[in-house]
Amino acid sequence: MHFDPFIIPFNIGLYFILIYAVVRNVIWFRGLSRPDKLRLQRGFFGKAFGQSLRDIFLEGLLHRRIFKINIRLWYMHMSLAFGWFLLILFGTIQADIFSDKHLNAPYKAIFFKFFNPEHGRTGFEEAYGFLMDLILAFILTGLFLAVIKRFFSGVVGMKSTTKLKLTDRIALTSLWLIFPSRLLAESFTSGAYGSGSFLTGSMGSWLASFLPASQLAYPFWWMYSIALGTFFVLLPITRYMHIPTELFLIFMRNSGIRTGNIAGSASEVQVYSCSSCGICIDACQMNFAAGVKSMQSAYLMKAIRNNDGIAEIAFNCLMCGRCDVKCPVGIELSPIRMIQRRNGAANEFKNSYKGYFRSRNNADTEKPNGNPVYNFLPETEPAKADVVFFAGCMTHLTPSIKKSMVKILDASGLSYNFLDENGGVCCGRPLMLAGQDKEARELINFNSQLIWKTGARILVTSCPICYKVFKESYYLDVKVLHHTEFIKYLIDENLVKMKFLRKKVVYHTPCDLGRGSGVYEAPKEVLKHISRLEKSKFEDENSLCCGGSLGNMKTSSQNKSRISHDAAAKLTAANPDILATACPLCKKTLAAATVTRVADISEIVVEALVESENKKSKLKRISSTNVLVNN
Amino acid sequence: MDKFGFTISKGRQIDYDVNDRWLADYIFEREPSFRLCIECGGCSATCTTSNFTGFSLRELNILVKRGENEQVRKNIKKCMLCGKCTLVCPRGVNTRNVIFLTNKAFLKKDNNAF
Repeated sequence: MHFDPFIIPFNIGLYFILIYAVVRNVIWFRGLSRPDKLRLQRGFFGKAFGQSLRDIFLEGLLHRRIFKINIRLWYMHMSLAFGWFLLILFGTIQADIFSDKHLNAPYKAIFFKFFNPEHGRTGFEEAYGFLMDLILAFILTGLFLAVIKRFFSGVVGMKSTTKLKLTDRIALTSLWLIFPSRLLAESFTSGAYGSGSFLTGSMGSWLASFLPASQLAYPFWWMYSIALGTFFVLLPITRYMHIPTELFLIFMRNSGIRTGNIAGSASEVQVYSCSSCGICIDACQMNFAAGVKSMQSAYLMKAIRNNDGIAEIAFNCLMCGRCDVKCPVGIELSPIRMIQRRNGAANEFKNSYKGYFRSRNNADTEKPNGNPVYNFLPETEPAKADVVFFAGCMTHLTPSIKKSMVKILDASGLSYNFLDENGGVCCGRPLMLAGQDKEARELINFNSQLIWKTGARILVTSCPICYKVFKESYYLDVKVLHHTEFIKYLIDENLVKMKFLRKKVVYHTPCDLGRGSGVYEAPKEVLKHISRLEKSKFEDENSLCCGGSLGNMKTSSQNKSRISHDAAAKLTAANPDILATACPLCKKTLAAATVTRVADISEIVVEALVESENKKSKLKRISSTNVLVNN
Repeated sequence: MDKFGFTISKGRQIDYDVNDRWLADYIFEREPSFRLCIECGGCSATCTTSNFTGFSLRELNILVKRGENEQVRKNIKKCMLCGKCTLVCPRGVNTRNVIFLTNKAFLKKDNNAF
């Protein structure tokens, strides 16, 4: 027996999805920029290939990153992905070894039991049948968890699960039906022929004891085939598109292609790689502290795919980056959100062919006029200095930090220029966060000129928001330091002397300094030097947002205050004497939300500062500046 | 009397029938906290931009509510969106979004998207 009509739905689905995946990948490849194409070619035929295969195995099949986040959720995802992979792999081997022919069509492996019902009687065949049953049981346990999770997400340790659209529901149902119908079909067949291993065999003989197994097997084989076919045909327009897309993403990432600033193939592949697993929703403070459950990254990805309601979601985000570090697929979520903000949440792509393909959205976008808007800014001649201190807008709102920094800079003995002592120009990042890059560039140019005129080689800033934009978007030949890095340097070089404060301190990592710029250690080193630094549950990459973020344009002050109260309560759980932070905005927001004293590191440093009698010589100063620049 | 710097100022009245409040309505709908503004002027006092030029968010807020939109159009782009006004606002008005929406509304108006 080599053919039966019931295999037709499966075959249609299978060949459809294979051809579709190839076409879609070719379209994506063609949409890449020329350098990115070369990168991908080099990555595919080069060293990155091994790395990509490793990633596909470890992340795509074993889901190692979810394992680190939540073991029950990991088991659910892994058993379905890895189990299905094993079932296909060993099924193919089984069909190739035990069939009358070698090298069979795919359906021979998938419906092996139907075409070889007598299989599994001799020793080796029995062992192999046992293995196949084991894999099926493994998948079914994961599926069991998945079904429960859909209704009670707490079971797998998730507080929330993603909301689905209709096609997602149909695809989900057909996915759920695949393995139970295989189990029943194989069981009935085994029951009718008296074969099968521990699962299908025993279930088959039990079912055959009171049901006409030989007649019932056939409808279930049909059901199995239809479930597979439906799932494959619906896959491209549902979230399950992440299965073929993630392979492309892994190759792309290992070839060094990044999302960049504009929508294109690179961002499209990222958007389609999202499986809506919901880990970003659980990680989001807008969810667990403010109760907003509609704007998380999974929903943004979905909104972009469906081309629906992007504006509401794109601007309603703190841009804290917690989801970026948690995403098990490693999608660059914040850069994609920034792309949406930049083009005013008008999607660059629209769905065509019922959502099976995407085409460029050539609709007229609202173009602002190109006139400069900040031409009122005056020309100034700042004094020359080795070090420039840029306080930033937020530091001006918290004068104690400003005063502390002046004291520290005076104590260091370095020649410095307080650039915005009498109120400066914004660094440009708030405009960027609102998607107004052109305006931001004007401010960047203005500030760049000022800094350039001072002839300084070191730029110290107190504000992580400024720090991030100085590092990423200013093209200056200066070393940018956050004040915590600067203070650490002063301590290392013995330029300032400090006493030890007998205070218990918990450090709150600001988002733009930590996850945003990767500065985790310097602030903690400074605090360890002068105080008893305690660990909190929210260290480094897991740090919280204070709630004051300039990233969120939409949310109400009440929601922000909920987030800051929640964050402050979590951070002061160990009752520290001081809640230390390294950001004026965090300081301001957290101070309003807790009774514990909230202080910037510079303020604590000033408390610990010991005035030294003999000032450093000019020679020492210059050499130390050199060391700082060269480090 | 002219030499003393005093003149009789031109008669001026706010005619709500003539003024078009489309901008105010647009903002009220999308940022309801704008209604909470008590015009205290905290935003103008802390403003980064008003350090350099005659820009007052308080004034612009009043003008928006009156429907005198041309004055707003001339000045609103000067804002740097730094967010200090939002932080000092005693009423919790999301001033950044108010300015953002104002810019967007004018952009839409210019592109006949209304």
